[in-house]
Amino acid sequence: MTFALQIQNLSRHFNDLVAVDNISFEIQQGEIFGLLGPNGAGKTTTLSMLATMLEPTSGTATVNGIDIRKDPDGVRKSIGIVFQDQSLDEELTAWENMDFHGRLYRIPREIRKQRITELLTLVELNDRRDDIVKTFSGGMRRRLEIARGLLHHPKVLFLDEPTLGLDPQTRNHLWQYIATLAKEKGITIILTTHYMEEADRLCNRVAIIDHGRIIAIDTPKNLKDGLGGDLVTIGSPDPAAVAAALSETWISRVETHNDNVVVSLKNADQHVSSIVTLLNTRQVPITSITIHKPTLEDVFLSFTGKTIREQEAGQKENMRMYQKMMRH
Amino acid sequence: MDIIYTIWLRNMKRYIRSKSRIIGSISMPLFFLLFLGFGLNSVVQLPGLGGNYIVFLVPGMVAMSVMFTSVFSGIQIIWDKQFGFLKETLVAPVSRLEIMLGQTAGGATTAVLQGFMILVVSLFIGLHVSNTAGFLVAVLFMVLIGISFTAFGIAIASRMEDMTGFQLIMNFVIFPIFGLSGALFPISSLPAWIVPVTMLDPLTYGVEGIRYGLTGVSQINPAVCFAVIGGFSLAMTIIGAFLFRKITI
Repeated sequence: MTFALQIQNLSRHFNDLVAVDNISFEIQQGEIFGLLGPNGAGKTTTLSMLATMLEPTSGTATVNGIDIRKDPDGVRKSIGIVFQDQSLDEELTAWENMDFHGRLYRIPREIRKQRITELLTLVELNDRRDDIVKTFSGGMRRRLEIARGLLHHPKVLFLDEPTLGLDPQTRNHLWQYIATLAKEKGITIILTTHYMEEADRLCNRVAIIDHGRIIAIDTPKNLKDGLGGDLVTIGSPDPAAVAAALSETWISRVETHNDNVVVSLKNADQHVSSIVTLLNTRQVPITSITIHKPTLEDVFLSFTGKTIREQEAGQKENMRMYQKMMRH
Repeated sequence: MDIIYTIWLRNMKRYIRSKSRIIGSISMPLFFLLFLGFGLNSVVQLPGLGGNYIVFLVPGMVAMSVMFTSVFSGIQIIWDKQFGFLKETLVAPVSRLEIMLGQTAGGATTAVLQGFMILVVSLFIGLHVSNTAGFLVAVLFMVLIGISFTAFGIAIASRMEDMTGFQLIMNFVIFPIFGLSGALFPISSLPAWIVPVTMLDPLTYGVEGIRYGLTGVSQINPAVCFAVIGGFSLAMTIIGAFLFRKITI
């Protein structure tokens, strides 16, 4: 098995802020790999370094076996990238945007023409090819950008928050495209997202990144199974008492987050009544109780002690600092 | 070369589609030409320069049109930065020099086309172009002004974060360069203390070059004009390329 991507001790600092902190991992060819984390966790910085847009402070990586520090042009030729923010020329037509890209990558005219038609058909935009991009909806623009990213037949495609700001229907549609692409073209796809559901549905493997560090890396299933079964969340004004009361053998894990106690166990629906009885006999007050199958959100919570939303709120300050630094 | 052509082509497509920009940037020099020209024509005497004030004004307005359009084309890079398109270009396996040269070529071409429009209008209000060689000389100077100031715009855009500083640059850099250039008045009629400032203004040499081409009369030796504006365009291209290489997004 060959690696599409090998990252070794990659770090990036912005003055005092450590955006990416010594990360190392490998991605196999043909994988759909997700970098998952809150805004400001270092996903985009990582991607920028891999795409040779940003110099690492230390460490290195190879993309398709090409070193990002030694041969950035070689890397650029072999990757496609769809940025978080739109990067189309709105004054040009869909066709012209594609054609511009094809010329920049020095694709010969005939092949260029043929591929543009093929790709525009794939993303269902061929009938709008001569329309100015300004008239396109958000979803259409995204599709066009993905088509453009594929024009030079990259072996690795980076998608930075591909579905950010799209409505759920378009999002679903795009997920299907991405999955089909990986399967049919055998392209390695690396995407960043802060939608847990997106990572869960699309990715073969996921790396959870927080504060610039990889805190977990595995298949979504393994990550969720690692939590030890179903999750019962118990709300109580006295969470410590709840945690203390629950020491049965069929409970695999107990974690406390603020006023909530999260209990992991197999076959939760059969055990809920026992939990309630147990707490009642000890006279521990309960305000709420919910059962659900674990999601990547729970995985994130379990690893970082915070939900992804709390994490984002805390990182707004960091983000501002980071943006300021990116400017200078 | 392919890449330079690609960037140039994009600039042309955008130019042709932006009717309002074409009309917008032609209107100012045109109004200057008409209002100042007709307004002052009977009042202003130009000793030793022959002709009337309108014809004197034409080269200045052509230069103005070329300069303003080209600065604007160069500064457009900021928009590309803000709308994200610059990333698409910068992440491609092409050198930044090629991108910069393509942008310069595109900006200079649009600027010269804008200048041409002023020339055509001038033919109806008294300008006589009888000499093909002279006409070509004028075009050459227009091209050099176009290259200089597109590169200048790119240099500024490479250091600027957004368009908020644009007005400042317009008022404190571009307008003085235009005002001091002898586009509106003959250098010989200026007070002695302003003349050296005028001679430091690169556009002066561009205007005088065009004037020589169109009317056959100039106050500065055309060879000197060519050397100065040619050297300036080269210097600006080098500075622009250098600053553009360091652009971050």
